[in-house]
Amino acid sequence: MSCWETIADYALRSQGIGERLLPRSDFTLCQQFTLIGSGMIWNIYFGVFALCSGFFLATAVALGKAARNPFIRKPAEWFIFVFRGSPLFIQFFFAYFVFLSLKGVSPLFDPFTSAWLGALVVLFFNTAAYSGEIFYGALQSIPKGDTEAADAYGLSGWARFRRVIWPTMLRLAWPAYTNEAIFLFHATTLVFFSGFPAIQQRGDALYYANYFADKTFNPFVPYPILAGYFIILTLIVIGIFGLINNRLNRHLPQERRKTIKVRPQIIR
Amino acid sequence: MFSFCSDPATLEGFRWLSCYLTTGKHMSMYWAVGTVLLLLAITAPAALAFGFAGASAARSNLAPLRWIGKTYIAVVRGIPDIAFFLFFVIALDQAFEYIRHRIKCPDWDEPVRQGNDFIVCTAAKLPLGNAPQWVHETYGFMLAVLTFAIVFGAFAANVLFGAMRAVPRGQLETAEAYGMSRRQTFWRILVPQMWVYALPGLSNLWMVLIKATPLLFLLGVEDIVYWARELGGAKQPQFTEYPHPDWRMWYFFALLVFYLCFTKVSEVVLDKVMAKLTHGQATTAGEAQRKAAA
Repeated sequence: MSCWETIADYALRSQGIGERLLPRSDFTLCQQFTLIGSGMIWNIYFGVFALCSGFFLATAVALGKAARNPFIRKPAEWFIFVFRGSPLFIQFFFAYFVFLSLKGVSPLFDPFTSAWLGALVVLFFNTAAYSGEIFYGALQSIPKGDTEAADAYGLSGWARFRRVIWPTMLRLAWPAYTNEAIFLFHATTLVFFSGFPAIQQRGDALYYANYFADKTFNPFVPYPILAGYFIILTLIVIGIFGLINNRLNRHLPQERRKTIKVRPQIIR
Repeated sequence: MFSFCSDPATLEGFRWLSCYLTTGKHMSMYWAVGTVLLLLAITAPAALAFGFAGASAARSNLAPLRWIGKTYIAVVRGIPDIAFFLFFVIALDQAFEYIRHRIKCPDWDEPVRQGNDFIVCTAAKLPLGNAPQWVHETYGFMLAVLTFAIVFGAFAANVLFGAMRAVPRGQLETAEAYGMSRRQTFWRILVPQMWVYALPGLSNLWMVLIKATPLLFLLGVEDIVYWARELGGAKQPQFTEYPHPDWRMWYFFALLVFYLCFTKVSEVVLDKVMAKLTHGQATTAGEAQRKAAA
């Protein structure tokens, strides 16, 4: 079987399209590259959707934590504490079993017990809490002069937030937020190891890498392949976020712009 | 456990629960909490040692040593940590067996990797095939500890490397002016001063380490996640004296609360330590403390 046939068979295997049976013996490098790459679709799916949706909740949570009213501030603080203070792994397990029992109450919760929605919800809340804390930190370090200038221009309420506070907050938070995005993508590898079943062996990249490592009893091939894919993904994320960073900072002189630096990863 | 637990079928409410939560299997679960704490107690200093070695290597004068140190620090970026855990457990196991294989069976002529199998001679197996169960469990646990130490050592190395660079240049220059050698400067000036700069990073790392402990489950150790899954599952009356429906949700809720409390306690303790250490230091935090007191 040539490599092209393998790619045709397995490139979309993680979505259930193509050859049903996974390879069982005589594993080729091509098979490993194709299947692990196919699993990356899930990682990208989880990462992109959780980031895009989590961004808005994160802004809300950050504003909530900065609010003066305790009825708004306390829930936001607790939300951040619960999701940042406990391991993501346990959150996945807990959420899965909660959805499983809710399934008995109403069929409405059926889709939540499968990874594509259930795990996405957990990741959404998780990234919202982590980014919320980052945005809150940025909110606290907005230069006093900026808000005073906004007041002097007669801006208030929504216009003040939209035109002054929010852009500055994003600008200050962006390097840290880039880091958060990278590690969110890394965290997506936990999904299929934590209760959520990989139906018909439709798993993510780590699921397939683990499959090959178990079958061949040789970790030295599949895991480096996985690592390679993730390094590429990380570079793409840094590239995209760097472009946004440039746009956010475009009004600043060159040397005052904050550059994005990748810091070592944080496990959740 | 209690005297009234002899006939569980007659129990109700709180008494039933108190008996249920003290069965032998639940005791194993509480012991598993001990496993987690033990892992933390061993891993934290081990990771610190790995980190210290990595950081010192990364700022060494010898180019190859520096490359090793920098690669060690850099390799944890960009790759999901859980992949490391899954990788190292098998890789370390095979590495140990292979080394023992080369020492104990020098006249073995077949290749170690035959197709999909990894075959070493019987004398080189780790642990030995006839070893008792606890040896297998301890070996598995030690592999897990080593894996954690290697992965977290890389994080710690990064923190310590930064801390070493944060020590004011003037301090080192003064040491050189006093005629200290590079080694003396390192041990007498740099190392004692770097901890204040390293502590915020290290306390952050401790939090991260706490949150990484459930991953023990993936390494095949019978930890609290294992027991929560095991004990929480629905139990039929014919197999147990304490039948119940699927309670895994509540077991994992308990774990969630356990970790939240653990994090909170660590946070409070580390804040206290930090406040003690910054006292009288010429840093922003130390200055703030002085002003608050005045």
